[in-house]
Amino acid sequence: MTDFTQLGVKDIRDGVASGDFTAREVAESFNAAVDAASALNAFIVATPDHALAAAEAVDAKRAKGEELGAMGGVPIGMKDLFATHGVQTTAASHILEGFSPQYESTVSQKLWDAGAGMLGKLNLDQFAMGSSNETSYFGNVVSPWQKAGSNAAMSPGGSSGGSSSAVAARIAPAATGTDTGGSIRQPAAFTGICGIKPTYGRCSRWGVVAFASSLDQPGPMARSVEDCAIMLGAMAGHDPKDATSLNRDVPDWEGALSADLKGKRIGIPKEYRMDGTDSAILDSWEQGKAMLKDAGAEIVDVSLPHTKYALPAYYIIAPAEASSNLARYDGVRYGLCDLPEGAGLQDMYAATRAEGFGDEVKRRILIGTYVLSAGFYDAYYTQAQKVRALVARDFDRAWEDCDLILAPTTPTASFPLGSLNDDPLTMYLNDVFAVPASLAGLPAMSVPAGLNPDGLPLGLQLVGKAFDEQGVLDAGLAIQQRAGFEAAPEKWW
Amino acid sequence: MSVNKETVAKISKLARINMDDAALERMVPELNNILDWVEQLGEVDVSEVEPMAAVIADKLTLREDVIDADPMTGGGKRDDVLANAPAAEHGFFGVPKVIE
Repeated sequence: MTDFTQLGVKDIRDGVASGDFTAREVAESFNAAVDAASALNAFIVATPDHALAAAEAVDAKRAKGEELGAMGGVPIGMKDLFATHGVQTTAASHILEGFSPQYESTVSQKLWDAGAGMLGKLNLDQFAMGSSNETSYFGNVVSPWQKAGSNAAMSPGGSSGGSSSAVAARIAPAATGTDTGGSIRQPAAFTGICGIKPTYGRCSRWGVVAFASSLDQPGPMARSVEDCAIMLGAMAGHDPKDATSLNRDVPDWEGALSADLKGKRIGIPKEYRMDGTDSAILDSWEQGKAMLKDAGAEIVDVSLPHTKYALPAYYIIAPAEASSNLARYDGVRYGLCDLPEGAGLQDMYAATRAEGFGDEVKRRILIGTYVLSAGFYDAYYTQAQKVRALVARDFDRAWEDCDLILAPTTPTASFPLGSLNDDPLTMYLNDVFAVPASLAGLPAMSVPAGLNPDGLPLGLQLVGKAFDEQGVLDAGLAIQQRAGFEAAPEKWW
Repeated sequence: MSVNKETVAKISKLARINMDDAALERMVPELNNILDWVEQLGEVDVSEVEPMAAVIADKLTLREDVIDADPMTGGGKRDDVLANAPAAEHGFFGVPKVIE
């Protein structure tokens, strides 16, 4: 009998369509795998009935000879940042515990319309703020990967850590993620899977709990480039309910996939060679260059001079937007309410927010409030927005010499949970290679490149021009075919 | 620029987050670490550029100016809007008394 949990999106979709197995069998296997993996803490809630109902609908359609959809019969994990009708949506926070949306996010609705089902709501860093999945109110997510010779619990990355852990552990064939400053790519790199953040605006933000609206972008996480292309196709598209949604046709990324990179120029940004980057990461970067060259591409050196300023600019812009977005949690309209005896309205706000937000969320709200406050706005916020313009201009200039950029996804491999908690800044540095593409709104993907000497996965990042997801996916495919990354975590959970 | 306890207390008040003395004390060095680090942005020459808010130069789309352009966001959703309110009463959000 086939072990369905080893299958990815394409294999499940095609197998269901051709009648090799039923969608129900697949959903049952994954529901059981989710149920048996509570040690990973990847899901905040499991929704086995949703997965089964979607599977049965697909099986019934097949019996009638109808189209099954691009994701027909594929059960997926849904990051708990997407509002799901009638299913608790928390952003991994206490303040939204018990919140039951009365509507469905555009992206999740598109996936259900394409024939996917939901295995459950995936854990994440609280309000997507974090790089290790240690800020969730519902506990840390544990990576299925362990260092060779150690059973220390490792970080699955963040903020989409439930997504990365579940996909790497093969308890979900794919999952949604969201990326504000690396939250799809860094967890994908840490767990040996693929993840793409498309061009800002490709996927609707409607119904996605807002963190930093000028940066937030949903995207797929899966174990192959093909699976990401399929799922991205199902998630993307213009949405009148999101004013920043791109009004452009969604290309057939899956159909056009090609690992032939003849005529493509791949830029290697010299500023990404930073102090503190693992030698294993630098080695894998060299190997990545060789792979893309082997696929027919030309390798060229490029310069992105403002790279080192991208991360500090991000840590002004993102908290500023967050402090404004998170003002909506007031104890009046939804979520937690803490009304101390005899308290007035203002006291209720302050008590509710003190009780409902975790430490990292409070830290970012305070930073954001400070940089937007009278007297500091220009020195911090306006300056950061100008630096953002320079970071974007660096990429525009680089595109005169190259079509895509190859860089590491992260400066190090995964680390043990609890090891970077003393200083928020050390944690922020995880996203140093991911943030520039976020600030510029460009499509960027992480693909597995190999294992480091400790047996932990490493990722390579491809950044493309705006709207060129195809170029990013194609180069990702070229690396995937040559890296031959087949490693899977040994099951301990 | 760095912050002291009084400034953090003021920010926390602006942000409507209760913080006791111990929490304020803890937050001061954490915020200063971050603020010291972002200070380096001051050395960038930004004289040639405008502040960037929208990354992709695409026109923001507006909905049609008609009632119920989108049934989901158009209105007539009172019960849905109130469904998660901690203290909904008589079709309104309930709050502590604000007028004596």
